[in-house]
Amino acid sequence: MCDQTFLAITFGPCDSCSENRPLMNLYIKTEPINYCSLCMEIMACQGLASGETLKSLKAESETLRKKLEEERKKLHDVELEKVAEKAEALGELNMKTRRTLKGHGNKVLCMDWCKDKRRIVSSSQDGKVIVWDAFTTNKEHAVTMPTTWVMACAYAPSGCAIACGGLDNKCSVYPLSLDKDENLSAKKKSVAMHTNYLSGCTFTNSDMQILTSSGDGTSALWDVESGQLLQSFHGHSADVLTLDLAPSETGNTFVSGGSDKKANVWDLRSGQNVQSFDTHDSDINCVKYYPSGDAFASASDDSTCRLFDLRADREVSIYSKDSIIFGAASVDFSLSGRLLFAGYNDYTINVWDVLKGTRVAILFGHENRVSSLRVSPDGTAFCSGSWDNTLRVRQEG
Amino acid sequence: MARDMSDKEILQMELDQLKIEVSTTRTAVSVNCKETMEWVEAQTEGDPLIKGVSDDKNPYKGDKGGCIIT
Repeated sequence: MCDQTFLAITFGPCDSCSENRPLMNLYIKTEPINYCSLCMEIMACQGLASGETLKSLKAESETLRKKLEEERKKLHDVELEKVAEKAEALGELNMKTRRTLKGHGNKVLCMDWCKDKRRIVSSSQDGKVIVWDAFTTNKEHAVTMPTTWVMACAYAPSGCAIACGGLDNKCSVYPLSLDKDENLSAKKKSVAMHTNYLSGCTFTNSDMQILTSSGDGTSALWDVESGQLLQSFHGHSADVLTLDLAPSETGNTFVSGGSDKKANVWDLRSGQNVQSFDTHDSDINCVKYYPSGDAFASASDDSTCRLFDLRADREVSIYSKDSIIFGAASVDFSLSGRLLFAGYNDYTINVWDVLKGTRVAILFGHENRVSSLRVSPDGTAFCSGSWDNTLRVRQEG
Repeated sequence: MARDMSDKEILQMELDQLKIEVSTTRTAVSVNCKETMEWVEAQTEGDPLIKGVSDDKNPYKGDKGGCIIT
C-alpha cells in the first residue's frame, strides 16, 4: 500500500522574489524559508561568495599580522636588560609597614590616593566605601553602596568627591562634605551606565569627566554634571578589567587591559585604538603607565608582569620567576620608575627592578590576596589593599 | 559589542585595526631604552621609596617614644 511516496509541493509566493511558484520547503537553523527553486540556487551561490570573502578577509588579516610582527621585530635590536647593565645596582630595600587600616567588613577590592597624599578611598565586597586619613588611620567618611562587590573606586583630583561602582553596572559620584553628619548617599549622582559590571574608573584631569571600564567589553568617557556619554571605546573582545590614564604631561591617551589578554592604547578624543599588545597568556588584571608616559606595565593571571614600550611598540621586559605561580592582581611604579611593585594572589608583594628585570624584595604581611596597590602621589609610601579586609601603608627605611 | 556582530564584521574590524597599527611610527628599542634609563637615573635621587625619608620629614613616623619623664 505505502509503496509510493509523494513529494507534496506547496505553491505560493516566494519569500525573496514574491512570484507565485512551486516552493522548496527549506529549514535554515530551524527557521522555515520558503524560496522558489530559482531563488534557492541564487542564495546558495551567494553563500559561497560570502564564504569566499570571509576567507579572503582572514587571509588579509594574517598577512597584516605577520607584517606587523616583522616591523616590530626589526626594531628589537637589544634587550632592556643589556642596556641596563650599566645602571647602578639598587641597594638593599627595607620596606616597613607604617599603618594598617582596619575597618572593612569584607575583602578590599580597590583603593586610590587623594592628591593631598594623605587620604585614601577604599571599596570592598560588602558594598562599603571608606575614606581614610592615612596619617592618623581615622575614617573620615563611610558610604554604603546599594550593591556588593564595589570593584572600582577613585578620588577626584580636587579631593572633593569620590567615584565608585561595581556589580550595579554604574559609576556613582559622591561629593564629600566636611559636615560629618551629612548623609553622603543623599547627594549621590549616577554618572556612567554600562550593560555589565564596572571594573575600573578614574577621573581625568578635572572633576568633570570620568573614564570607566566595564565587563561589557567597552570603556567610556562621561561628563559628570550631565551624565552624558562623551566617547566610547570599542575593541576588546571580552571584559575590560583595568584602565589607566596617561600622566597629564604626555597627552590624551589611556591604556586598558582585558580578559582577551590584550592591552590597548586609546586616543581619548577620537575613540581610536592606536596600539595593541597581546603577548600575555592570560587575563590582564592591571595596567599602569610609566611615570615618563612612554611605557606601561601590566599584571596578569599568567603570573607575570610585563613592560611595554609605546615608542618601540613592543614588550621590552618581562618580570617573572619560576617560583611565582599565582596571578598578579595589581602593579604600580615608584616615583622615578626604577621600582615596580606588584601584588599577587599568593598574598605577597614583589618589588622588581624595572631596568634590570630582577626582583629586589618580597613583602609579606597580608593574610589573603593583594587586590590593589598604589603608590602615593608624592612617592613617599605605597598602600596595598587585600582580601584580608585590611589596607597596609608601607615605606622605605 | 563584539557579541552582536557577525563573523564577517568582526574580521573587517580587525582588518581595519591592523591596517592602522601597521602604519604607526616606531623607534628602535635601543634608543628608547637608553632614554628611559637616563630618565630613571636622573629621577632616582628624588625617589623616597628607594632613598627613604628622613624621620623629621616623615609624616608616618609620628609620636612614638615621646614620653617625657619629669
